[in-house]
Amino acid sequence: MASVVLSDAEKLYIIHGVQEDLRVDGRGCEDYRCAEVETDVVSNTSGSARVKLGHTDILVGVKAEMGTPKLEKPDEGYLEFFVDCSANATPEFEGRGGEELGTEIASTLYRIFSSEGSVDLKSLCINPGEHCWVLYVDVLLLECGGNLFDAISITVKAALFNTRIPKVRVLEDEEGSKEIELSDDPYDCIRLNVEDVPCIVTLNKIGYRHVVDATLQEEACSLASLLIAITSKGALTCMKKIGKGSLDPESIFEMMETGKKVGKSLHASLQKVLDEEESLGTTRQKVGFLG
Amino acid sequence: MRGHGTYVDEEKLVASVAGAVERVNKLVCVTPLKTRYNGEVGDIVVGRITEVQQKRWKVETNSRLDSVLLLSSMNLPGGELRRRSAEDELAMRDYLQEGDLISLVAVEVQSVFSDGAVSLHTRSLKYGKLGQGVLVQVSPSLVKRQKTHFHDLPCGASVILGNNGFIWIYPTPEQKDEEAGGFTTNLEPVPLSDREVISRLRNCVVALVTQKLMLFDTSILYCYEASLPHQIKDILKPEVMEEIVLETRQKLLDLEG
Repeated sequence: MASVVLSDAEKLYIIHGVQEDLRVDGRGCEDYRCAEVETDVVSNTSGSARVKLGHTDILVGVKAEMGTPKLEKPDEGYLEFFVDCSANATPEFEGRGGEELGTEIASTLYRIFSSEGSVDLKSLCINPGEHCWVLYVDVLLLECGGNLFDAISITVKAALFNTRIPKVRVLEDEEGSKEIELSDDPYDCIRLNVEDVPCIVTLNKIGYRHVVDATLQEEACSLASLLIAITSKGALTCMKKIGKGSLDPESIFEMMETGKKVGKSLHASLQKVLDEEESLGTTRQKVGFLG
Repeated sequence: MRGHGTYVDEEKLVASVAGAVERVNKLVCVTPLKTRYNGEVGDIVVGRITEVQQKRWKVETNSRLDSVLLLSSMNLPGGELRRRSAEDELAMRDYLQEGDLISLVAVEVQSVFSDGAVSLHTRSLKYGKLGQGVLVQVSPSLVKRQKTHFHDLPCGASVILGNNGFIWIYPTPEQKDEEAGGFTTNLEPVPLSDREVISRLRNCVVALVTQKLMLFDTSILYCYEASLPHQIKDILKPEVMEEIVLETRQKLLDLEG
């Protein structure tokens, strides 16, 4: 993870500030930074989204392709995640430097989406056992400004919301060979139900308290963090501890409660923004990368 | 005659960077907005120690090369004036470690090395290691050149405006006469009222920089006053930011006019 070097006095200032619920930029321990969400920024994908959370910038593209379903689950499609930490974010990611972080993030995403009911995989099935939709979700890290996991999960949810999978019909011949026919209308597509897609909330332990949405400086002061995946209904689907420090079991319960509360409001505001964007339709002015 | 960073476009000479224009007789210079710090003699900079080497420290000052701080140019604790011995060399890490923040002055002509690296020294006991506070990194071209860069703002905090774009906001120290050159760091918790002032100032500086306004003590003070009706964390919202900076700009124009 990209990190900054801080002097001991600066770290002490941050830790004392968190203790009194006043962080360096005036936020409380449970406040998120201002986030900008924009969908449909990449034209040759089935769905895409870009999220800017403070100095963290993430771009996600979803491509739907036809493949064969997995042997254990013949009537379901599946998702494949790939995370690319570009050298744009920090010089540490140059060459193969970002691979370790990328695989860590990808494996966390696999774990979160492996829980039953996060995405309706049965809707991705075309022909049980033969054809299904495979969604390749590519995450690109453009800038590292702290709190990567949260931003990535928000972007993935927004991109899946924006994904449009073309409607396909399977025709059977007399001999039994199947043909796949694509609908003529390019706007005839199926949308994914992202209601139960979880979002990650990272809680960093700083001193005796924990903070949500830490900046790079705050992450440098925190030795242990808890990553939890929360659905919009407040259900906790996955939990992971990162960092070399230790966490007291009682504080884990407190962090979980805070995470649930914060996660629910995060889902609510994200859904509001996505619905607003959707309602603007084709009249929406795209800001993209030059804005 | 044209220099670096220009090109000819339809028989007109155009600069390839956008920024503030300076004219000296027939020489026209454009200082770009986003640039690295170019050291000049007499500048005050706030830097961070990146390396501890033999008899010197390497300091990161947002310039093209790391600046150099020689052991002989650094204040000794208590303000002693003596030749630095071998023991001082071994104890370098006790003075300044990697990651420490320090405020200094850029030194004489011989110090801007041929490759552009800057040599630093501490002029008096006022300069030295910095204690608790908040660092904001901005573009060097937004910091106005003034007589003093150490300001004690009436709102209750102090500010050091480094010419290299590093702005250090810290609680005003209680005793002014005890100047130890920064070797005794005050590690007591800063009271909540001071913290609020510091956070508000930090957000104001970020707001001014986002709206491309020059940073100097008056502009920061006016911005602080304009931001008082809002909550500290709301200052970073785009609409509130624009409103506050507009008011600041208006006040500054009134001051000039």
